[in-house]
Amino acid sequence: MDRRQILVAVIGLALFALVPPLAGIFDQPFYVDMFARIMIFAIAAVSLDLILGYGGMVSFGHAAYIGVGAYAVGILSYYGIDNGFVQFPVAIAAAALIALVFGLMSLRTTGVYFIMITLAFAQMLYFLGISLEEFGGDDGMPAYRSEFAGLIDLTDADQFYYLVFAFLVAALVVTHRLIHSRFGAVVRGAKANERRMQAMGFPTYRYKLAAFTIAGTMCGIAGALFANWNEFVSPDAMHWTRSGEIMIMVIMGGMGTLIGPVLGATGLLLLEEYLPEWMEALIAGTGEHWMVVMGPILIAIVLFGRGGIYALFARRGGDDG
Amino acid sequence: MAEAALRIEGLSKSFGGLVATDNLHLAIESGEIHAIIGPNGAGKTTLVAQLAGELKPNAGQVIFAGRDITRLTMPARAALGLARSYQITSVLLNFTAEDNVALAAQAVAGHSFRFWRPARSDPALRQPAREVLAQIGLAERADTLAANLSHGEQRQLEIAMALATRPSLLLLDEPMAGMGREESGRMVALLESLKGRHTILLIEHDMDAVFALADRITVLVYGRAIATGRPDEIRNNDEVRQAYLGEEAIDA
Repeated sequence: MDRRQILVAVIGLALFALVPPLAGIFDQPFYVDMFARIMIFAIAAVSLDLILGYGGMVSFGHAAYIGVGAYAVGILSYYGIDNGFVQFPVAIAAAALIALVFGLMSLRTTGVYFIMITLAFAQMLYFLGISLEEFGGDDGMPAYRSEFAGLIDLTDADQFYYLVFAFLVAALVVTHRLIHSRFGAVVRGAKANERRMQAMGFPTYRYKLAAFTIAGTMCGIAGALFANWNEFVSPDAMHWTRSGEIMIMVIMGGMGTLIGPVLGATGLLLLEEYLPEWMEALIAGTGEHWMVVMGPILIAIVLFGRGGIYALFARRGGDDG
Repeated sequence: MAEAALRIEGLSKSFGGLVATDNLHLAIESGEIHAIIGPNGAGKTTLVAQLAGELKPNAGQVIFAGRDITRLTMPARAALGLARSYQITSVLLNFTAEDNVALAAQAVAGHSFRFWRPARSDPALRQPAREVLAQIGLAERADTLAANLSHGEQRQLEIAMALATRPSLLLLDEPMAGMGREESGRMVALLESLKGRHTILLIEHDMDAVFALADRITVLVYGRAIATGRPDEIRNNDEVRQAYLGEEAIDA
C-alpha cells in the first residue's frame, strides 16, 4: 500500500468520523442513521472483497451471513436476551459455523458452479427464514437494540454510529493485515494461479476455506449491526438480490482494494437514496422509475470504470491493497 | 546400489483407448540429470503429470525417496521435495519475480496460517528468494511483474520457483520450450550449474540440450521405455534411431 492509498483510506475514514458532529451542527440527525447503514454494508462489502477481490472466489451468497448475524440477534432478543456481550459472540460464532459448512462444500467447485452453489446456499437460508413462523416468517420479527451493560447505549444514534465505525475500522485493519500476511499471500496466489500454488506445495483448499470462513464471520458482524440498525429482522436481508448488491458495492468501489468496497457501499447506497429525488426534481413523475437510470449507471461502471471508484482516487499498482 | 531418487514401477495410464503410459518401469538415480525424450504423443507430459500428482495412474507405483507416493496429492508431494516446472509457463503473473520466488520459499517454511505479520518484509522468505534469483540470473528483474518478463525470463523464473522449494527432485517439462537459440543457451548453462546438486528429470525436445546435459536418457515411445542409457549408447541404439532420432540426430 503506497502513501496515496493510505491517504485515501485515512481521509475517507476521517469523513465518516465527522458525520455525527456535522449532522449535529446542521441539525440533520437523519444523516447519522444513513451513514451508519452505509458503514454496516461497507463492512459486508469489505468482507466479500477479501474472498472475491483477493481470493478470486465469486461468492454470490454473501448476504446469507448478514442474515445469520441478524437472526442471531433477533432470535436471542425474542427470547429476552438483549445482552450484546452474548448476542455478538453468538452472531459471530453462528456466521463462522455457517460459512465453514458452506465453504467446505462450495469450495470443492470452481467457476460458475461455485457462483451457483453459494447462491443456492444463501437462498436455502432465505427460504428457511420464510418458513420460521415462530420468528415471523416472511414478515420478519422485531429486534431490540443490544445492551452492553451500560457501557454504550445503542439507542443513542451517535454512540451506535461510533460502534459501527469502530467495527469498520477493525474490519479494515484486520483485512489489511490478512492480505499482506503469509496467509494472504497464499490466498492471493491461489487466485492468480491455483495449480501452480499446489505444485509448489500449498494445499490451497484449506487456505481458501479459512479465508471464506473469515469473510463470512466478518459479514456476520455486519448482520448483527444491521439487526440493531433496523430494529427488525426479516428473510429479505438474505435474498439473493442483497448478495448482488454487496457484490456490486465491491465491483463499483474497486475489487481487490482495501478501501474500494467502502467507497462502493457509499456510492451505491447514496445513489439509491438520492437518485429518485434527483430524477423527480429534473422531470416530475420520473422518481419512482429510478432503477431505469440506476441499471445503466452500474453497467457503465462495470464496463468502463475498471478499478471502480477507487481508481479515480488512487493510482492502481499491481496487486495491492 | 543406493535407493534411487525416484522409482517408477509398472505405471500405466490410458485415456479411453489411448495408452499414454504403458507399464513403465524407470529408476532415476540420485544426483543425475535423467532426460526423457520421445516423439510427440509419446506420453512425456502425461508422465510428468502422474509423477507430480496431477493425474492418477490406472496402475503402478511411484516411489520417491523410498516412499510410495502414488496416492499423495500434488501439494503433499511438493512438500516432500518434488518440484516441477510446466511446459506451458505457469507463474503468478501479477506478482513480481521476487514475490513469486518468495511464495515458493514460503511453501516449505511451515504452514501459512500466519495471519498478522507482513510476509513481504519477512527476511526468512525474502532472503532465500533473492539468493535463488541471483543464482538463476534474474536478480536485477526482482521487482518486475512476472507478466512483464520476457518469455525466456519467465521460463527462468519457473526454475527459480522450483528451486526455492529446495527440492530433492526437479521435474522439468520442456524448460526450453519456445526459446530462441541464445535463451536456450543460457538455460543449458543454468541447468549445467545445477548438475550434481539436484536430481533432475528433464523432458526436452531440444536434442542438443539433452545430449549436452543428460547423464542418462530414456526414450519413450507410445508410453513405453524402449531404451535407457548414456547419451552415446542412446545415439548408437538401432531401435532408437529407427523409432525416433532419424539421420539428423545421428550426425549431431
